[in-house]
Amino acid sequence: MKPLTEHELAELAQETPINVSRRNFLLSSAGVAAGALVLSVGIPLRQARAAAATKMAPGTRVPAFLQITPDNRIILQSPFVEGGQGIFTAMAQIVGEELDAEPARFIVENAPTGADYQVMVGGPGRMTGGSMSVRTSYQTMRKLGALARQLMLQAAANQWQVPLSELITEPGIVLHKTSNRTLSYGELASKALDLPVPDPDSVSLKDPQAFRWIGKGIDRVDVYEKSVGKANYTIDLKVDGMLHAAVQHAPRLGLVAGDILNLKQVQAMPGVHSVHKVTGAVAVVAPHWWDAKRAAEALQVDWQAATSQRQGVRSMPADFSSEAFSEMLANRTEAGKDAETAGDISKVFSAATPESIISATYQTQYVHHAQLEPPSTIAQFHDDGRLEIWLPNQAPDMFLRDIAKRAGIAEDQIILHSPILGGFFGRHFLYPDANPYPQAIELAKATGKPIKLIWSREEEFLRDPLRPMAAVRMKAAIENGVPTALEVISACEGPGEAISGHDPDNVDGMAVEGLTGKSYQIANVRIAQDYVENPTMLAYWRSVGNSMNDFVYECFFDEMADKAGADPYELRKALLKDNPRLSHLLETVVKSAGGWKRGPFTAADGSKRARGIAMASPFGSHTATIAEVSIEQGQVKVHEIWEAIDPGTIVNPAIIEAQVKSAVALGLSQVLLEEVIYQQGEPLARNYDMYPILPPHMMPKVHVSIVESGEKMGGIGEPGLPPVPPAVVNAVSHLLGRRIRRMPLSRETFA
Amino acid sequence: MELWNDMKLQINQQTYDVDVAEDTPLLWVIRDNLGLTGTKYGCGLAQCGACSVLVDGEVVRSCVMPAVSAVGKQITTIEAIEQDDVGKRVVQAWVNHQVPQCGYCQSGQVMAATALLKATPNPSRDEITAAISNLCRCGTYNAIDAAIDELAKPVGGNA
Repeated sequence: MKPLTEHELAELAQETPINVSRRNFLLSSAGVAAGALVLSVGIPLRQARAAAATKMAPGTRVPAFLQITPDNRIILQSPFVEGGQGIFTAMAQIVGEELDAEPARFIVENAPTGADYQVMVGGPGRMTGGSMSVRTSYQTMRKLGALARQLMLQAAANQWQVPLSELITEPGIVLHKTSNRTLSYGELASKALDLPVPDPDSVSLKDPQAFRWIGKGIDRVDVYEKSVGKANYTIDLKVDGMLHAAVQHAPRLGLVAGDILNLKQVQAMPGVHSVHKVTGAVAVVAPHWWDAKRAAEALQVDWQAATSQRQGVRSMPADFSSEAFSEMLANRTEAGKDAETAGDISKVFSAATPESIISATYQTQYVHHAQLEPPSTIAQFHDDGRLEIWLPNQAPDMFLRDIAKRAGIAEDQIILHSPILGGFFGRHFLYPDANPYPQAIELAKATGKPIKLIWSREEEFLRDPLRPMAAVRMKAAIENGVPTALEVISACEGPGEAISGHDPDNVDGMAVEGLTGKSYQIANVRIAQDYVENPTMLAYWRSVGNSMNDFVYECFFDEMADKAGADPYELRKALLKDNPRLSHLLETVVKSAGGWKRGPFTAADGSKRARGIAMASPFGSHTATIAEVSIEQGQVKVHEIWEAIDPGTIVNPAIIEAQVKSAVALGLSQVLLEEVIYQQGEPLARNYDMYPILPPHMMPKVHVSIVESGEKMGGIGEPGLPPVPPAVVNAVSHLLGRRIRRMPLSRETFA
Repeated sequence: MELWNDMKLQINQQTYDVDVAEDTPLLWVIRDNLGLTGTKYGCGLAQCGACSVLVDGEVVRSCVMPAVSAVGKQITTIEAIEQDDVGKRVVQAWVNHQVPQCGYCQSGQVMAATALLKATPNPSRDEITAAISNLCRCGTYNAIDAAIDELAKPVGGNA
């Protein structure tokens, strides 16, 4: 069975019912083995305890998660990996709240593999993505904290020989008021964590009114380490006796190495240990990475067509052009498959006068993840045959299964470490041929030495799987000042179907999200996908389908408004009038921007400016954005961004603000600068010189408003991005008096 | 290729003997030979700034500086940043403004800010923009600006 896709997990997260069969499958396949591996390396005691104990519901075995040192530092194993989104802090905040321990006392680590950490509600286990961490584990992690607190109380009751009911806690201590005695958690921990964990149903959670830390913008737990270079990413780690490796990838995926024409010369280069053919590449091993890299670049390899295709790996055609592919998509006329329908568009369109109909085609582009930490892996075979491996990843148990398969050894013979990520953005899922670990395993086997393989930036940009592109045909009937029918057909391949396989009977929800799920009152709607397989490897990218689709929909919305002779803000307001939550959100962003003015207007510095507005409803949250732009020296300048977000219920407003600003930056980078261009089957850009990402001088001042509506908790990491590109392009189009229908804006020079 | 034997580098007030091919960038000597991994590799082309270090007080992108050209100079890496008065203030401002997200670029950001403030204690906004071009994929730029603006204010006055 293939691992659940992000989309399937998202669905499970949104629908509350638990899929019991799937849950059991994942627990039995991923879970039990992990305990054994932890025992075998003999590290933390809490894990040994976890392994020895009987099966418990995920997220309830307290000693598997918590360790408290005698000096009262609390070490928490997080089921979710930290990659800048602040999840380690959120976990400390949530667990700390119920444990009654200050989050600042926490040291948070990414948990090992195993059943205990499969905490996502809906049962499907563990991965970090889809802006799902807090909203799928909130109650479970609170309960974990409450169970831990109960153990502290029990241990104190035992020690003092007093009834538990006479005890209370204050942050980090248990208190017996009658006798005025206290014990710190650090003093109690060794006994407390040996006690049987009580029945989760016997322990109640705090009244949210009494929250001390949840809901507050407390400092993140890892900021100091990251400010002084002490945070360790995979690329920074080292094991004894390790050799370094660098690769030269096949210039096009699917080619295999034939002869190495200068093998002898490369083998003789200074510092070179050995040269190896590995999956999709030729590798050089050396005591130092720079020597390995220089030698790998010098290799002259006769790359040949593969005689067989590996599963999930697409062969890149020698003549592939992304520009031609985009044009082909834009020229398609297929009706596609329904993703969402309402009313009867054909009836409206056939009755409408030609003057009342508008249509347009929008194009979106391939983009890179471009996280600053280049991918790497350390692979080490121990003398007893066990494999220990370190790699950046967003789903440890899924990677464990894949590594076991590739290495041909049992899961319980693998020790997987998942360090913090030097950038997230969807890069670290299981994508065929897009991660260094298969090559690192091959090299460790071939050399008998621990290997640290780093992909250079150039080799990374050659194998980074791409955010999909699309060409979207839009058509609307505008009657009496409002849209009466809307048809949207996206010619594209969704990331879900690209990764997990296309299902001809269904639309990939991720291909159309952001075209679907809109709340505007339009009576007749058809949203469809016209599936076209890509020759490229595709991936999730921050905010997934919404990253491109809200650009298309929200820009065309302004075209509909223009056609209707309506102001785009007023039309949004009118079409949302029966939706109080979104109406309030819209008002909030407008108020934050000092009222709505579309412009063009002349700013204090003499520049001519305009503002654009857009909304999105991704990952269970809702966002609205206003952008203010001008044209300077032929390029778009974004002066300010106002964004309002309603995630329903919140844990840390400071992290929310930071995440919205971060998502704004990535949205701006996409709309202003980014595009992966393939010519003759190869990417033009192999580094940031040819693939610019948002530099500091292009970052506008961002104003974030958080609306806590009290609705069901939504995501935080991704929802800030989707309304940014359309808000910018709506402003630019209005300023120019002509519609821009394609990203990035750097494709054009503006007068 | 010739080996540059007995290359002596002054890093964080210590002298290190290294033995590497002479075109090896300073970055890889620092990270790989000396194990000072706070300085990061991001691009290898002086595009991103994750590898920023100070060489005789000036910020340098160590991924394109041959180690041999740093011989005889004072190199400072992030590991010693708090031993510098300005560096210590920069780190404190980074914490106050909760700047880092994934954190990968932040060693370089802190080094670049420190170099600027050492040379120009009260830089204008334009001077800050001109001096700090390090990339951050998490987009922490507003927070970086806020941290530097705080430090750039003349003591006891308003900028």
